[in-house]
Order: sequence, then C-alpha cells, then structure tokens
Amino acid sequence: MDLNKLYSKKVIEHFKNPRNMGEIKSPDGMATVGNPRCGDIMRLFIKVGKKNGKEHIKDIKFQTLGCAAAIASSSMLTTMVKGKMLKRIEKINREAVARALGGLSAVKIHCSVLAVDAFKKAIENYRQKK
Amino acid sequence: MKRVYLDNAATTQVDPRVLKAMLPYLKDKFGNPSSIHSWGQEIKKAVEESRKKVASILGCRAGEIIFTSCASESNNLALKGMVEAVTNGNFKKAHIIVSSIEHHAGLDSAKHLEKLGVKVTWLSVDQYGLIDIKEIEKAIQENTVLVSVMYVNNEMGTIEPIAKLGKMIKKLNKFRQSQIYFHTDAVQAIQYLNCNVQGLGVDLLSLSGHKFHAPKGVGLLFKKDGTPITRLQDGGGQEFGLRAGTENVASIVGLIKALELVEEHKKEKVKRVVYLRDKLIKGILKIGGVQLTGHPQKRIPHIASFVVKGAEGEAMILLLDETGIAASSGSACTSKILEPSYVLKAMNIPPELSHGSLRLSLSSKTTEKDIDYVLEVLPKIIKKLRKIAPKL
Repeated sequence: MDLNKLYSKKVIEHFKNPRNMGEIKSPDGMATVGNPRCGDIMRLFIKVGKKNGKEHIKDIKFQTLGCAAAIASSSMLTTMVKGKMLKRIEKINREAVARALGGLSAVKIHCSVLAVDAFKKAIENYRQKK
Repeated sequence: MKRVYLDNAATTQVDPRVLKAMLPYLKDKFGNPSSIHSWGQEIKKAVEESRKKVASILGCRAGEIIFTSCASESNNLALKGMVEAVTNGNFKKAHIIVSSIEHHAGLDSAKHLEKLGVKVTWLSVDQYGLIDIKEIEKAIQENTVLVSVMYVNNEMGTIEPIAKLGKMIKKLNKFRQSQIYFHTDAVQAIQYLNCNVQGLGVDLLSLSGHKFHAPKGVGLLFKKDGTPITRLQDGGGQEFGLRAGTENVASIVGLIKALELVEEHKKEKVKRVVYLRDKLIKGILKIGGVQLTGHPQKRIPHIASFVVKGAEGEAMILLLDETGIAASSGSACTSKILEPSYVLKAMNIPPELSHGSLRLSLSSKTTEKDIDYVLEVLPKIIKKLRKIAPKL
C-alpha cells in the first residue's frame, strides 16, 4: 500500500507522531465524543489561561481511538488551537482542520468531525463549570 | 527493510513455474481457440487439455468445468444463472437459502435475486461462524431450488461442513419432485482441503486462480451435468455456450499449473502452514485484550484472525505496513461504506470490537522468520495505539 495515496503526507505524519497526546490532570474543560459502536472515540482536555482578562487555550491534550484520519485530525486540531484566544478559535470548523491536513478523501471527512466536536464540547464544559 | 506479506487471503504471488507455463501463450501461441486453422486448433487443444487436468483434480468430467474471469463471476453465474434457468425467469416462484457470511459476490447475487422476487432465507451462524445444518433442513420448502454456503470464510477462516450438507441435500432430493441444487464458494479452501466435488456432494463450485498463485483474471465454475444454467454474458459459444468471450488462454494454462502445484506435497505444506499459523495465533493471543475470531479448530490453515481491544483496524494495518508487514482488517474505516464487517456482526461480535479486527493470512511461502518478525512488531504497534486511545 502506498500510504501517500491513501492519505496526504501531513495526515500520515500526524498519525505517526501525534502532537499533544495524553491527558491533563484536573482540566478546566473536558469532553468525550463518538461512541465505541460507531468506532471512533475521542477525549479532549483543555486548560484555559487568562491574559488581560482575555481567555486563551493554555494547554490541550487528546486521546483518540480510531483510524489514521481520526488520530491525525485530533492531533492537528490541538496544534491549531493551542495558545490561541478562545474567542478567536472557538468557531473552528472541520473544513479548516481537513485543509490543514492537506485534504481528506470524502469517506474520511466524517473522521475529522470528531475532533472539532470534542473541542466545542470541551469549551462548553469549561463554561458550565465557571 | 524486511517485507512480510501476510495477506494471502486477498491475493497471492504468481508462482514462477506458473508464469513459465503461461509465457508461450503470451508469445508465439497466440491463436484464437475458435479458429479452425492450425494456429487456433493448437490453442484449443491447450484449453481442452487444461480442462481435463482440472477435472481430474476436482473429480469430475471435463465438460463440467466452465472457465470464468474470477470467482465473483462464478458465484454470479452459479446463483443468478442457475435460478434464472430453473425458474424460467419466473423468479417469484423460487426460494433459495444462502449463508449470511458469503463473500460479497455470493451475498450480492442473492440480494439481486431477492429484488427480482426470489424468496431468500439468510442463514445465521454461531459465535464461531459455523452454520447449523438443522437450520437449513428446517428452512427448506417445496419451492427451494438452491442452497449456497461457502466452504471457508475469507475473513475468519472457519470451515463449514460442506460434505455433511451435501449428503443431507442428496438425501432430501431423493424424495422431492423438484431438485435442490447445492453451491459452494471454495476459493479459500482449495489449497488446503479436499475439494473433490463427489465427496462434497456439490452441484456448483466456484474457484479463483489468484488465491493460489495463478494470475488475477481467471477462475472457474464446476457445474455438475444436468444442473441448469442460463448464461449471464451473451455472445459467442465459448464454454459450452454458457460464458461468451474469447478464452483467457494463458491464464487458464496458468491456473491449471497452479492447481497441479497445490496438489504437490499437499500434506507437508498443510502441516507446515498449520504449524506457522498456530505459532502466530499463540504469540498474538499473549498480547492482552486480543480475541481469536472464527473456530479454534475447524479453521483453514492459512488464516489467523483476531479482534483487538483498544486499537482500530486501519490504524494497525498502516503501522504494520510501515514496518513492512501486509495484513488486512474488516474495520469500518477500511471499508468504503464505513460499515464494520457483516461477517463479524453475524457472529455476534459487538461493533466496538470488530472495529479492531485484524487478519493475517499465510501461504506455503511464509517462513518462520516472517512469523517471528510479526510477533516482535505487532505488540509494539498495539501498545502504541492503546496509548493514544482514551481509557474507557
């Protein structure tokens, strides 16, 4: 199998060396999305910091059970939002993640939904806790 | 990098001796078997000699062998062609019984017939993927025309009791007005099991060349004398008028050579492959959270299949490929329709487990070093993926 044909180089790179993988002890927000029956499952942890009264993603970690596309989009999302202002980044969509990964084939798009969903739910969870 | 090919249930490497037997028919011996000049007649002789050789291996007459392009075509011809012939196109009259774990070619042929009005009974399987002969006996009706059960399942390797089923159907046919015909897809069985059609008691049997070291693009259908079939592909009168199209001569010659090689030292080869497969299974089961799929004993020598908890199939395949190992998976993400394996589903394996399915399939060319290499690499890959996954 030629990996480059199934997936972009970026996807394979993030799949093989996922960034920000793991968990955060006592996170400010956390979410688990997907379900084991449909296959992919993702858990996201965030730490929110404040600078001049503005909130930003101070730290973010993920755990994903899923295919290469699911793992790579989890990893990519974390790199895209880490350190960014919450207000600026909370509306991130799956297209942006897929684009950053150099594109995903039609059947794999659904795998990238999970990461964005988990991120939005983690922010929601953070706001509820506040 | 070491390269280990353990996806022989998907396809196999053409044996050099097979290629050598084929080459003359891709060079100087190029005539059309339908031509009456010497160029054509020489080739016609080669095709008919090949037919005789297959017949002697399968225990039938040469006139009962139809060469096709692959087992998918053979399955289509066996199911759709047979039912059309026997019902005269009056599909609503007929009832057929098909196992729910057939290869897509059989499964979808039956679904096609279902759409045309044929009543289909889908056979269940137990947790090991075995069909129940009693269930078939109960399902048989007055208008049942066909039972189709694969000899060995391609995803998990369970061997179905084809000979027993053949006997049962033969017995029933003695007391029936209309005959029940019996078809089996023997694609994964041919290299390691006895495929004598008399012993199996089948009327129709499908084979594909590329699963046993012949090239892709050639297969065959055994059709017992008297079994009605309407051809699906119209045109010339080749293959007794049942399959139009100029014969794929070189590949037919290759298929026969490969079949002869299968029979050479068969017992020793079976023993060796079983030894290697069992070593592989034993080693992989040592990794915690891994379960064997398919029957532990009634299992074809070359297939080892598992479900791995906490690691997804496609991810495992890609990481194995990175280390030079070819394997396959029935996970949703490896299928184009994003559905997990219907075979594992039929065996009541929950989707959260079938998502982590892994199949390694050997050949007589697999070495002990290959197996040792997999046993060294796979635990690390599973560990890596489990580390990425959330603890549930």
